[in-house]
Amino acid sequence: MPIMGLTGNYAVAHAVRLARVQVVAAYPITPQTTIVEKISEMVEKGEMNARVIRVESEHSALAAVFGAASGGARAFTATASHGLLYMYEVTWWAAGARVPLVMAVVTRAIGPPWNIHVDHQDIMTLRDTGWIVSMAQENQEVLDLTIQAFRISEDPRVYLPMVVGLDGFILSHTRAPVDVPEQEVVDEFLPPRRQPYVISPETNLVMGNIAPDDIHFLMRYSMSEAMEAAKKVIEEVDREWAKLTGRRYGGLVECYKCEDADYIAITTGSWSGDAKKAADMLREEGYNYGVLRLRFIRPWPTEKIAMAVEGKKGVIVFDRAVSMGATGPIFADVAHTLYGSNISLMGVIAGLAGVDMKARDFAEAMRMFSSRVEEEGRVYEPRFWLLPRRYRGRPERVKEVAKRWS
Amino acid sequence: MLVEIRFHGRGGQGAVTAANLLVDAAIHEGKYGQAFPHFGAERRGAPVVAFARISDKPIQIHSQIENPDIIVVLDSRLFELTDVLSGLKPGGVVVVNSKGKPPIDGDFKVYCVDATKIALDLGLVVSGWPVVNTTMLGALSKATGVVGLESIIWAITNNFKGKLGELNSEAARRAFEETKPCS
Repeated sequence: MPIMGLTGNYAVAHAVRLARVQVVAAYPITPQTTIVEKISEMVEKGEMNARVIRVESEHSALAAVFGAASGGARAFTATASHGLLYMYEVTWWAAGARVPLVMAVVTRAIGPPWNIHVDHQDIMTLRDTGWIVSMAQENQEVLDLTIQAFRISEDPRVYLPMVVGLDGFILSHTRAPVDVPEQEVVDEFLPPRRQPYVISPETNLVMGNIAPDDIHFLMRYSMSEAMEAAKKVIEEVDREWAKLTGRRYGGLVECYKCEDADYIAITTGSWSGDAKKAADMLREEGYNYGVLRLRFIRPWPTEKIAMAVEGKKGVIVFDRAVSMGATGPIFADVAHTLYGSNISLMGVIAGLAGVDMKARDFAEAMRMFSSRVEEEGRVYEPRFWLLPRRYRGRPERVKEVAKRWS
Repeated sequence: MLVEIRFHGRGGQGAVTAANLLVDAAIHEGKYGQAFPHFGAERRGAPVVAFARISDKPIQIHSQIENPDIIVVLDSRLFELTDVLSGLKPGGVVVVNSKGKPPIDGDFKVYCVDATKIALDLGLVVSGWPVVNTTMLGALSKATGVVGLESIIWAITNNFKGKLGELNSEAARRAFEETKPCS
């Protein structure tokens, strides 16, 4: 197939088709809806041999694909924002039951106030669930990651569900070139489905029963070990996909101009491209920046991050979400990764609710951070709010607006 | 080189489709592109915008387009309703569906084509509305050369099969011939 112009959502749908998914269930929510619309269209046209189950909520959507996957089917769902929150309980069931499964989350802010635009508040709620959490920068990567997700999730060393994150509208509704692989390529890459157990009418198996406390404890331990094992699997899969398609991303992280950098900016998702442009701009000003893009939030790429920032002057983290009463979620994990080091560290919260972030906005924060490091020595600033442009440097106005809305 | 384009139209005129087709045409030429709508609700008849980026290199940035190089206006009456030229770079190009000279001052290159007439002549009418998006792509190609006319026609016929593809291709071709600096 030649290179096609596809939205991120259509890239997901094509990946699901190529992975020969057998069962799909989802409930419509902006900006996810066009994924399942496209899949339904493909099924209707006979391009895909899958059963689409209509459900009345996201809770049921994930429950349905969890059931199908437990019964041995390759299954898929997709959601966003409030839809993900509504299915939250079942996300824990799927991971705890060690059932391989793939979901796309089209990242979107959580209300109130009602908002359909991108931020990472929704997908970050999956950090503790036992799902492997990945984030794409481009539509091509959306397609590649979705296909890889089945392989990673169904690897016997892993057996955990995996989510592919793509930024709402910025990727989901933007048409960009995507090289859609031939079916034979995907068939060669993706072995027949494997899973730890299959429920059938002949199986004597109890689901969801009470287990002794120590067994429950050990099951959590084994999930944690599987997450660690997933790190190796993710790197292997990245290499093998490159052999078949020529596209290699770097596994858990992608490092842009990190080697000779004095400073590292850490990002995830589509805005990483704008951060890379900011790094190029700052290099012209004499601040040598690199960008470490996290392709996976879970498992957390501890070793990769530690290696990339070793010997650098400072690390600035851009979070598109916030843990209220603490910091940005990525910052928190970066901070524990750097435990014991004397490196300067700043956490920036920006771009919430789809507020646009251009290279110059990244550059503003990065420039401020580096100049502080060079003047003051070690900087530790865990929570810096990079406000929307027209509120920056106007604390009275911010106070006034905040008062009106509290 | 990265070229940023903003389309102004009314809901139903096909501005979003125009941006999509433009990116398909660019891909056909081995270039890179992004096409995206204004991220929000769109209503029939109300002013809408759509965006495109075209480049000969992969495009990494994903932020919104603030200072376009080119503006394509599907309905010249939008000049009365919205700030159509907002953010246009000095020396930038405006391509307008207009019989006469549109109200544009400043250091811009302005091109006109009567796209409504071309669409009506060819029967490109949906629910009583002339659909001028493919026509304006022909005009855009003539005015800027950002993609070639043949690539636009390839994108049109690849997205619209049969008679519909033929008529829209003809519309683009006619607009390419008729687009001139406004006078």
